[in-house]
Amino acid sequence: MIASVHFPVLQIVLPLLLAPVCVLLRGARLAWFTALTASWAAFGIAVALLLDVLAGGPISYAVGGWNAPWGIELRVDAANAFVLTIVAGIGAVVMIFARESVEHEIGNARAYLFYATYLLCLAGLLGVTITGDAFNLFVFLEISSLSSYVLISLGKDRRALYAAYQYLILGTIGATFYLIGVGLLYQVTGTLNMLDLAQRLEGQEGLRGVRVAFAFLTVGISLKLALFPLHFWLPNAYAYAPSAVTGFMAATATKVSIYVLLRVFFTIFGVEFSFGQMPLGEILMFLAVAAMFAASTVAIFQNNIKRMLAYSSVAQIGYIVLGIGMASVTGVQAGVLHLFNHALIKGGLFLAMGCIVYRIGSTHIDDLAGLGKRMPWTAAAFVAGGLGLIGIPLTAGFISKWYLVLAALEKGWWWIAVLILLSSLLAVVYVWKVVEQMYLKPAGEGAGRTEAPLGLLVPTWILIIASIWFGIDTRLSAGAALEAAKTLLGAG
Amino acid sequence: MSSPILPALIFFLGAVAVGMLRGRAQSAVALLIPLLGGANLLFNVDHGAYWQLGLFDYTLTLMRVDKLSLLFGYLFHLAAFIGVVYALHVRDTTQQVSALLYAGGALGAVFAGDLITLFVFWEILAVTSVFLIWARRTARAQAAGMRYLLVQIASGVILLAGALMYLHQTGSVAFEQMQLDGPGTWLIFLAFGIKCAFPLLHNWVTDAYPEATPTGAVFLSAFTTKVAVYAFARSFPGTEWLIYIGVAMAAFPIFYAVIENDLRRVLCYSMINQVGFMVVGIGLGTELALNGAVSHAFNDVIFKGLLFMSMGAVLHMTGKMNGSELGGLYKTMPITTVLCIVGAASISAFPLFSGFVSKAMVMAAALEEGYDWVWLVLLFASAGVFHHAGIKIPFFAFFAHDSGIRAKDPPLNMLIAMFIAAAICIFNGSYPWILYSLLPWPVDYAPYTWTHVITQTQLLFFSALAFIFLKLTHLYPPELPSTNIDAEWAYRRLLPRVVNGMVAMFAPLDRAMRGLTLARLERIVERLYRHHGPEGIMARTWPTGSTALWVAILLAVYLLLSYV
Repeated sequence: MIASVHFPVLQIVLPLLLAPVCVLLRGARLAWFTALTASWAAFGIAVALLLDVLAGGPISYAVGGWNAPWGIELRVDAANAFVLTIVAGIGAVVMIFARESVEHEIGNARAYLFYATYLLCLAGLLGVTITGDAFNLFVFLEISSLSSYVLISLGKDRRALYAAYQYLILGTIGATFYLIGVGLLYQVTGTLNMLDLAQRLEGQEGLRGVRVAFAFLTVGISLKLALFPLHFWLPNAYAYAPSAVTGFMAATATKVSIYVLLRVFFTIFGVEFSFGQMPLGEILMFLAVAAMFAASTVAIFQNNIKRMLAYSSVAQIGYIVLGIGMASVTGVQAGVLHLFNHALIKGGLFLAMGCIVYRIGSTHIDDLAGLGKRMPWTAAAFVAGGLGLIGIPLTAGFISKWYLVLAALEKGWWWIAVLILLSSLLAVVYVWKVVEQMYLKPAGEGAGRTEAPLGLLVPTWILIIASIWFGIDTRLSAGAALEAAKTLLGAG
Repeated sequence: MSSPILPALIFFLGAVAVGMLRGRAQSAVALLIPLLGGANLLFNVDHGAYWQLGLFDYTLTLMRVDKLSLLFGYLFHLAAFIGVVYALHVRDTTQQVSALLYAGGALGAVFAGDLITLFVFWEILAVTSVFLIWARRTARAQAAGMRYLLVQIASGVILLAGALMYLHQTGSVAFEQMQLDGPGTWLIFLAFGIKCAFPLLHNWVTDAYPEATPTGAVFLSAFTTKVAVYAFARSFPGTEWLIYIGVAMAAFPIFYAVIENDLRRVLCYSMINQVGFMVVGIGLGTELALNGAVSHAFNDVIFKGLLFMSMGAVLHMTGKMNGSELGGLYKTMPITTVLCIVGAASISAFPLFSGFVSKAMVMAAALEEGYDWVWLVLLFASAGVFHHAGIKIPFFAFFAHDSGIRAKDPPLNMLIAMFIAAAICIFNGSYPWILYSLLPWPVDYAPYTWTHVITQTQLLFFSALAFIFLKLTHLYPPELPSTNIDAEWAYRRLLPRVVNGMVAMFAPLDRAMRGLTLARLERIVERLYRHHGPEGIMARTWPTGSTALWVAILLAVYLLLSYV
């Protein structure tokens, strides 16, 4: 019982402290086991927090007993409890996947470094999500970013280094912009606690400092969440990172940044200011629609399937941001819901690619010929995930699109609804291109049946089955997303 | 509570089993599925709504059983069974599985009680059926399959958009009769129309079906368009637009069918033409007309299936499908020839064959409702059908000049499947009362009008009437049953004169339009590729410096915007 009071802080501290333990243990197996324990414990805590919050309302935790607004406050409400569950859940499932995948792609000699950085990254992402302090958020953002640069650079392909470098530069610019924005706000209000900031900003909207802070925060966060056209860093980073890293990052890193967007614009600045006085809604929606079409079109022409999926992520982020840009309860609900659903779908797809890399050693479309026969379970997982990406009914992707279209119609923007549905046609093309290659092209000479080991297949299928499960039974996901949307809009 | 099993579920589960089994066990399970499903429908199902569940705030009805859905249910089980038998020799699990999923999707759509469920199965139909085209594994089939898939998915997307608007407008998702009074219902109408192969929206049929595998085309011809016919009969009976659209559908394919060389493409045109009759019937909306439309859908699935099967057999045995390359096969494929002629007679509505007992109902209804000109066009279309499906198909494939091909009759399972279909054609044509008793509305004049003797006299009456009427008005159509003996002459002399006129008028237009569209499409794709391709501006790996510059520019724009 005593421990449960400290769940909010344990959520971060556990992975943070176990990361150096991994380094000390050195052995690949031991380090993996430590990381596995840490990530599953974090998942357990996140689920407990979510249940607590849904039942009893927001939880506030003062770190070290220093009360807000002077001390750092960890604050869990419906919005971030939901995101915590997603991040920790994906982190835990990918960790099962990591053992064999990392052994194969990174090697056991350096594996302990991978696990340590992975835990740091996880701790950083969870920290960003759980904290109620704007500066503390920056700290955790840097922890997660710095560790993710390392994780990406562990990729086998030499281009991974350049990708990581580019992400480093742009990520740092993004984080710096965020810090400048927070600094300006501090100058105006003299506080860093988010709720306190929100209160003190009321009536200060006309100040130049606030407006400039707003612009810096918008660009900084857009960069972190890879909102078109600031997505340049993402495709290469995802394409050349190790499989487990791609699976983890694609499902969590951008999602957490989207959460930051929600937090900053809905909680700190408030809906009235962000969407009423500033043209944020229009900008977000314009960029989101551009992302949906431009990135999907690029995805169609990609020959590297990991890169194709990365561009598809940029497009999918467009859907999420589109929902958020509507700034209505249904719209934000749709955005948050798609954040959840897309994490499952894309996580599953990238893990399936990991299985392919493990056996085939390539992600080029030509090398996937006949995969339906060579790796039937992996190929089936890819098809199921691909259907979700298109938004075929009975998959999670359909539920997201349904709510998104409902939200658009609710606003009377039927042409947005039409655009959403049209852009899913593009997804049909790029997914089906792969499906066709896997099932209808004969495999090359001497290619036997070489299914990926269970250690890789099981976590892949966990995510895929989850993505189908939440396409049929939407009570949990849509309900939690609705609560999150209400919390965000109610607070502002 | 003994709720019936969801028909689609039997097929979906069966497809999974078929996917995991191989060899004889696979064939046995595939055969068992339609039988099991049929037994479920016959003995375990009463009228009513089952499998209701709540999604979001609405109640979905996965299974709505009434006479209309039940008739299509029986039909699709029958078609699936025949198709499975026909495909038993195929050792391609992809095809077997997707065919069963496809049939399951069609059943799901027919039993759907609300628009959301309908949409779900609508999309399943699209996604599963495309494999029957791709399974041919040729470059042409791949390209055609992708075009087909896009059109089908687009139809689904339009349906969803329409359903959402309809929901917004009325607050209901029920899949019931609708009025064309708002953008929602118009979109739904359009979505159905695409699947139904309305004129100008029909190209996917003639583009994709001829590229399908021999067995795949049999399945394809049975389900997609008939699901659309069902959807129209359910939602838009008595919509006057449908009469005009249906008339156009019945008439325009005739010209294309006559000049087409690929015999399966000829069948595609004739399918559009037959669906035209059904659409007219639905548009007329009287009980007689609707009964006619529905029963004609039933018969069409069987006889069109039979024709596709016989052409599939020819393709399977010879590898050729062009009328100009075939001929003289009757010597070595006698059974196929006879069965094909049964199908041809049925589609041409010979008395004692199935097309006769259903098509006449639509035409009679047209006269009854005072649409004389519709009746006239349909009569012309019937004559056209007889010409291109009744004569051209068997004639070019099995008779005509001897091509020298000495292909044998196809494997036994193909023959059995064709035999079943042929038997149904003759049975329904000679003894239609069982079919009539299944129709959704009472066929009230059946006892005295449709007796065996009177059907005969009626045919004579109608033919005579048509003949006299056309003679008097100098509208004598180029081919009538009496010209079939001189079919060759009709091809070489009379038809060219009429057809060439038509072709000369429409072909350049058609070619120009197609060429223009293709060229424009190519240019668009090329331009897209230049910008979005791997080396394009959108996809290239940018130097870090210029990306950072972009960030700065964007910041400046944001700052500007915050002060506007």
